[in-house]
Amino acid sequence: MTTLQSAPATAALSPAPPARRSPGLLKRLAGRSTGGLVRLGLLIIALFWMVPTLGLLVSSLRKPLDIQASGWWSIFTAPASLTLHNYTSLLANPAISRSVANSIMITVPATLLVVIIGALAAYIFAWVEFPGRDVVFLIVVGLLVVPIQVALIPVTDLFAKVGIFGSIASVVLFHVAFGLPFAIFLLRNFFAQIPQELLEAARLDGAGELRLFTRVVLPLGGPAIASLAIFQFLWVWNDMLVALIFANSSAAPLTVALTEQTRQFGTNIDVLSSGAFLSMIIPLVVFFAFQRQFVSGLTAGALK
Amino acid sequence: MTEVLTAKPPATGGSTPADDRPAARSRRGWITALFLLPALVLLGALVVYPIGWTVVRSLFGAQGFTHFVGLSNYGSVFSDHQTLTAIKNNAIWVVVAPTIATGLGLIFAVMTERIRFATAFKLVIFMPMAISMLAAGIIFRLVYDQDPTKGVANAVAVGIHDTFSSASHYPGAHPRPINHQLTGPAAGPFTTPPLAVSSRPVNLPLVGATPDDLKGASQAAGPRSCPGGHLCGTVWMDFKPGGGTPNAIDPGEKGLSGLRVNLLSGTKVIAHATTSKDGTYTLPAPATSGPVRVQLAASNFTAPYAGVNWLGPTLVTWSIIGSYIWMWTGFAMVLIAAGLAGIPRELMEAARVDGANEWQVFRRITVPALAPVLGVVLVTLMINVLKVFDLVYIIAPGASQQSANVLALQLYLSSFGGGNNQGIGSALGLLLLVLVLPAMYVNIRRFRKENAR
Repeated sequence: MTTLQSAPATAALSPAPPARRSPGLLKRLAGRSTGGLVRLGLLIIALFWMVPTLGLLVSSLRKPLDIQASGWWSIFTAPASLTLHNYTSLLANPAISRSVANSIMITVPATLLVVIIGALAAYIFAWVEFPGRDVVFLIVVGLLVVPIQVALIPVTDLFAKVGIFGSIASVVLFHVAFGLPFAIFLLRNFFAQIPQELLEAARLDGAGELRLFTRVVLPLGGPAIASLAIFQFLWVWNDMLVALIFANSSAAPLTVALTEQTRQFGTNIDVLSSGAFLSMIIPLVVFFAFQRQFVSGLTAGALK
Repeated sequence: MTEVLTAKPPATGGSTPADDRPAARSRRGWITALFLLPALVLLGALVVYPIGWTVVRSLFGAQGFTHFVGLSNYGSVFSDHQTLTAIKNNAIWVVVAPTIATGLGLIFAVMTERIRFATAFKLVIFMPMAISMLAAGIIFRLVYDQDPTKGVANAVAVGIHDTFSSASHYPGAHPRPINHQLTGPAAGPFTTPPLAVSSRPVNLPLVGATPDDLKGASQAAGPRSCPGGHLCGTVWMDFKPGGGTPNAIDPGEKGLSGLRVNLLSGTKVIAHATTSKDGTYTLPAPATSGPVRVQLAASNFTAPYAGVNWLGPTLVTWSIIGSYIWMWTGFAMVLIAAGLAGIPRELMEAARVDGANEWQVFRRITVPALAPVLGVVLVTLMINVLKVFDLVYIIAPGASQQSANVLALQLYLSSFGGGNNQGIGSALGLLLLVLVLPAMYVNIRRFRKENAR
């Protein structure tokens, strides 16, 4: 594990222990009033931070005519009828519903494959010695920061030669490859912390590598695997560039379908706002359900 | 390097006698290869090989591997003004975005540190990290919309502007083209010819006020005589449904209220007044005896303030950086808060007992203790910012895309989005790779150091 990934990181979103009481009454009162000011400041900042998202959410619930007629904030002074109309018409659009399905068909395999392939390799890097292991692992660490842009052109060429350019598989493969350095890095560091005695005891019992991997390492690596899976899931689900390059129109995920809509921005805010919010629902659910794993994955991958 | 990884004792190598049997050893070799193979094949084919391919490809022209051009792609990259704009913008991005995001993250982390129930605040700030750059782009495209009835940023800008400078009342209103009482440029001010002060009212007819502007206006007051020495008159809308008589106040014609009327001596404003509900104004007696002129100030007629052109060529990069900061401040905050939780509390308490105030504790203890974390956050954001693409691609409208250009966008445009020159694209890709090399080095060194401990 890296230093940043230790216990405090996972608790980063939970409150810090309250300050010890300062001695003097005056000092305490002063502290209380600055505390109040800080609290007020935090409230204002939080509201400020929420306004953009709120604007999108409210817009997505307004009728197209209302959107063109007045700002979304006018619902606070003159509560208009909000409606799910934009969402129902969005999902009735075959291109959009197809793209939602594509998003799932890209994201799920890309996440599973990264976890499986990454865990296999990480186990070897952590616990099996072979010539050149350290060099290979340092190369993997080096690959953490390689910008995907470097590979877009050559991989386009490669996929075209192999004949998978434009398919869902091409998008998945690219995501898996660029997810692997982080996956191996994260899991190897976590696996290396498993007590050696545990592995040796299992070996003495006659367990082979495959058995060790599935029965000892994988269960113990649960937390790190969860972090990785959430991180990779969000990364792939939120990706636009990779799919924009590799996916043809029948393989395009939601992000790419929406990107095409942004060209006529202004006349189609109803489609864009509901579409964007639709694309945010899954990440937000994942985020709120698994904050802890998300944060620890993020801090571990700090230099990605 | 060896001492690095052997710090974690290798599991193999004869801790159990069974491991030394040749059969077991070769079986282990096979399994090692089998476990590693998928990862190494994918990394090799889709990450490492493409880097080499890109190096070679950048030496060939648009037509393909048949046209060797040497380093001329790099020459074009560094002389093409689009790419130079991209490099300039990337430089702005790398300096501004990580610094502000880290600074805000530090402030937020310290502010929330000793407050209970700060979790909700952190969730709000951190939430944008979970969503896609595309969604964030659409969110901010809406925020920055030029139309103040759609974009919240301009709604606020216009609101603030109109609070501090009086809104013009009658944009587009003007005298009739042939008018002996008022002349001036199309957008005002409109001025009368020199006149002597008398009790005769100076009535000023206008046309072209919109029905919206006239909402709630009342009947213009008819001619009357002015109080001694004062100059007075009526400004009114010299038109009613059906026409009315030009230059005469007909029943049904509305007075224009709230207009600023200046009294000029030469070109100097010596007095001013505001028209009342029925359109009448009264100016005090001028101290000079010479001829004076009455003027309707230009501020009455200027087009309404349209807000800030957030996505125009001048501001577009800064506006997009704003949206990036909105997304990534949460990241900085969470990492810094984690670092903060690791600083020994006694250190700060001791300083406080010694009489240090909160600012001194922050400057002298908190920030130095956080230096490694701040460094990691800054470097991470810098690498991330170098690769920024989605936000620029989505937020910048077509007309200002060139002004918002960044390297990743230029790469896309030159190789995929119409340009179709893979040679230039490869050179740009390699440039991006070279720019992140220092981070790669730092990463490897940091990893080795941590494992040596």
